[in-house]
Amino acid sequence: MNRGKKSALLSTLFMGLGQLYNKEYIKGAFFAVIEAMLLIFSIPYFKKALWGIITLGEKPLYYENGIAKGDHSILLLIQGTIAVILLVLIAILYIVNIRDAKKAGESRERGEKPLGFVALIKHIWDRYFHFIMLTPAAVFLLFITLLPILVTISIAFTNYSGPNNLPPAKLVDWVGLLNFKNLFKLKIWNSTFIGVAKWTVIWATLSTVTTYFGGLLIALMVNANGIKFKKFWRSIFIIPYAIPGFLSLLVMRLMFSGPGAINGFLIKMGLEKVAWLTDPNIAKTSLIIINIWLGAPYFMVLMAGILTNISKSLYEAADIDGASEWQKFWKITLPMVLFSTAPYLILTFAYNFNSFNNIYILTEGNPVNAAYKYAGHTDILITWIFKLTYDQYKFQMAALITIIIFVVIAAISAYGFTKTKSFKEEDMIQ
Amino acid sequence: MSMSDMSVKTTKKKKRFSLRKFIGKFLIYTLLIIQCIIVIVPVVWIIGSSLNPGNSLYGSAMFPKNPTFAHYKELFTKTDFPLWYRNTLKIAALNMVFCIVIITITSYVFSRFRFKGRKQGLMAMLILQMFPTFLAMTALYVLLWQLNLLDNHLGLVLVYVGGAIPYNAWLVKGYFDGIPRSLDEAARIDGASNLTIFRKITLPLAKPIITFVALTSFTAPWMDFLLPRLLIRSADKKTLAVGLFEWVTGQQNTKFTLFAAGAILVAIPIVLLFAYLQKNIVEGLSSGASKG
Repeated sequence: MNRGKKSALLSTLFMGLGQLYNKEYIKGAFFAVIEAMLLIFSIPYFKKALWGIITLGEKPLYYENGIAKGDHSILLLIQGTIAVILLVLIAILYIVNIRDAKKAGESRERGEKPLGFVALIKHIWDRYFHFIMLTPAAVFLLFITLLPILVTISIAFTNYSGPNNLPPAKLVDWVGLLNFKNLFKLKIWNSTFIGVAKWTVIWATLSTVTTYFGGLLIALMVNANGIKFKKFWRSIFIIPYAIPGFLSLLVMRLMFSGPGAINGFLIKMGLEKVAWLTDPNIAKTSLIIINIWLGAPYFMVLMAGILTNISKSLYEAADIDGASEWQKFWKITLPMVLFSTAPYLILTFAYNFNSFNNIYILTEGNPVNAAYKYAGHTDILITWIFKLTYDQYKFQMAALITIIIFVVIAAISAYGFTKTKSFKEEDMIQ
Repeated sequence: MSMSDMSVKTTKKKKRFSLRKFIGKFLIYTLLIIQCIIVIVPVVWIIGSSLNPGNSLYGSAMFPKNPTFAHYKELFTKTDFPLWYRNTLKIAALNMVFCIVIITITSYVFSRFRFKGRKQGLMAMLILQMFPTFLAMTALYVLLWQLNLLDNHLGLVLVYVGGAIPYNAWLVKGYFDGIPRSLDEAARIDGASNLTIFRKITLPLAKPIITFVALTSFTAPWMDFLLPRLLIRSADKKTLAVGLFEWVTGQQNTKFTLFAAGAILVAIPIVLLFAYLQKNIVEGLSSGASKG
């Protein structure tokens, strides 16, 4: 057995051993101390955490001398997930340690001297600069983005729901694919899911298309030849983009409410009140119209930039050929704009698909639909999930539906992103 | 430059199609004015409401007969509004600093280094961030609780930063990609280290996109009410968005005019910031769009 393999084997037995064997004392000590600390301090922690995630607790809440005791299944689940992430990180460190030992052995065999402390630090800093710099972002992503996703996926396989499986008074158990079966087999869940999903797709499509073409129309008008005060118009139209969205939405909710300003105006004009946000179909229409106000400025800003970038020579050539304004729009402007903004169209669709604020602030998903389970006429999937979670405590169903949306949205946006400039020009940089 | 070419062309053409041109222009101006009114009305309405005497939504008029600044005074004397303002400002500033540092460094690495798993990393970041925030909340709640960061502004900022990294890192990376690498190489020959190149060459050249990230990360905490509602418990740590939201969505809806005044004081600085940085926003938004 050569020295490299021998060192690797040693480091597999105990971290740092292989490095020490090759007289790389600094690295060896570093790894060895880590393993020693882990063995001494962390074993009870990991044991408890893994027990927690496997059993989800054994005793529900009880009182001992007036002190609350017992297992909280969901806490155990989340703590367990955190522990699993930590274990994966430790495993990675372990593998790094083994590889490093192998390298140390090989370099010793070649007769190279191990690096001194300063040289070692410098070597690591230069060689692994990118990994060191990515660490903060990686930590954030692991714990703030990935952890919740893992927990939610796990919950979809449990019976975490009120009133019978709600910690801390009751325990939660793993139930396998039961929830999947219920969602697709039980009529009430099934029909609500399909109904809400349909409206979600309609909402996402219409709200994207209307804001996209609304923005394009405004940008075209502002940019048209011979229109004066371009900067003034642009500044006015950018206002809705600048105002915090939830404020605009709250204001709109108040304006469109029963006794709100719009109905007040209609009554003054001698017209009837309209149930802007309380009649199923009118509410759906209102939602989309209000969204144009909120969303079109974003596309206006985006397209204003693109319109000025379209080469003037194209229009000049068209002029020489005697093309009309209309033809120029259809044959030059629209294709150019569509080409450059297609990814944004897809991403906005994905965004609108989950635009919780719009629906929740304006209608809260109401009016109620009696044929649905816990959902109203204007609920989209995300607001339905919200209701399932916070009003009905059907966490397991909420988690399951989330996973389904997530898969769909992730696929759509992944496709959208592969079309953006930053992705396409990926390997063109020298 | 080419604008003047165009105007020469239009003056030439004007003689031929003057009536049609006139009608077209008239139509555009009319539409622009109508749109202006649509855009402005809600804004004027809320300003008018903030000047109405009384509290309720029912009596408020767009142009009150006897306008009063009483609500503004009340905001600062009788409510926690100044406190919320300070909290939000603090969170926004912290969020901006953390975001800029972490996002620029991450983007720099993704733009300038080639390593195993790089492309997968980029893709994973983007897909992961599509996960709806409030579903992440239970887990985040427990995580912050374990770190002893519940009901703490820093905890909230950490969650914001984590959420802001993926999309912005992608955006900034796209911008960095456009900065010629020959500049890096030249500096490297002169003995500059990675960090020096990053600080002295890449960052200064990427000012527009960094301004954009700074702006969006600064304004985000002013607009979010879901997370702080869950993660912040004590009344003296509340943010503006939560406070204002609760004024009009509670059972009674009694503080409508107060809300209007508060909303205006929140919107003004943000709108001004946007107006001032308009150029950077246009550049930031369209930097990811593929060139035609």
